[in-house]
Amino acid sequence: MTPSSSARILRTLSRKNAFYFFTSVGNYTGQSAMSLEEFANKIREVETTSLEFHLYRGDFEKWTDEVLEDNILTERISAVKLLEPIGNSLRDQLYFTVSKRLEELKTLNS
Amino acid sequence: MKLKNQEVSLDTLDWQILHAIQENSKQTYSEVGRQLGVAHSTVYDRIRKMEKNGIIKKWTVDINLEKIGMNHITARMTVYTDPKESENVAKKLSEAKEVLEVSMSLSEELLIIAKVIARNQDELHSFIAKKVAPLQGVLRIRTSIVTKKIKEERFMIEKK
Repeated sequence: MTPSSSARILRTLSRKNAFYFFTSVGNYTGQSAMSLEEFANKIREVETTSLEFHLYRGDFEKWTDEVLEDNILTERISAVKLLEPIGNSLRDQLYFTVSKRLEELKTLNS
Repeated sequence: MKLKNQEVSLDTLDWQILHAIQENSKQTYSEVGRQLGVAHSTVYDRIRKMEKNGIIKKWTVDINLEKIGMNHITARMTVYTDPKESENVAKKLSEAKEVLEVSMSLSEELLIIAKVIARNQDELHSFIAKKVAPLQGVLRIRTSIVTKKIKEERFMIEKK
């Protein structure tokens, strides 16, 4: 991976491409993330029902793959999903996965 | 029919015509005239005037979508907005084909209430996540999917 491709993954997105956290169909929490860094922070803040809703619908993988274009993070999130975590265990595992990837990308970018 | 300060005042015959066509808008001017004991040309003139004055807003038909294989779900979406952006959010919602009605309400907070139609839950969620949540000024959204419709009628005016 080159510094430019890591910079692309770390970029700030438009409102249209941000990730919007919902707790169920049509119920938006008011929390959104316009970058991978903000996404990592929001994982610690949003309700766990929101994390469960999106993980098992495949929304996180879809966003990291199609919007951030980070196939490594996408695969790692898929691996988390296979463990079928819920509640705070899901929050912890997801936060660990995303924040670790964030640090890798920042190092590559520096 | 008289116009007073932008408000149109109707006479008894106008009310009777409105009542008759609201019950069945497919009937002819002659049929309405026969019911009310007036000439069909009178009915025609009165209806034309009421259309011109915006009292009769449109002639439409209520289609049973299930019967023609167009299965769908409807939902009531409540959008909490920043008051400074509410007009713009309401305007954008009104432009979406998925949105059938938009109203504003001020209770403890400024709310926009919309009736939304979609083919299924995935399509509904996708519309709200991609088109509504990203609008500037949207603070949060609550959506209730209609599971059973008990009554749906338009307000029927009474004969005067």
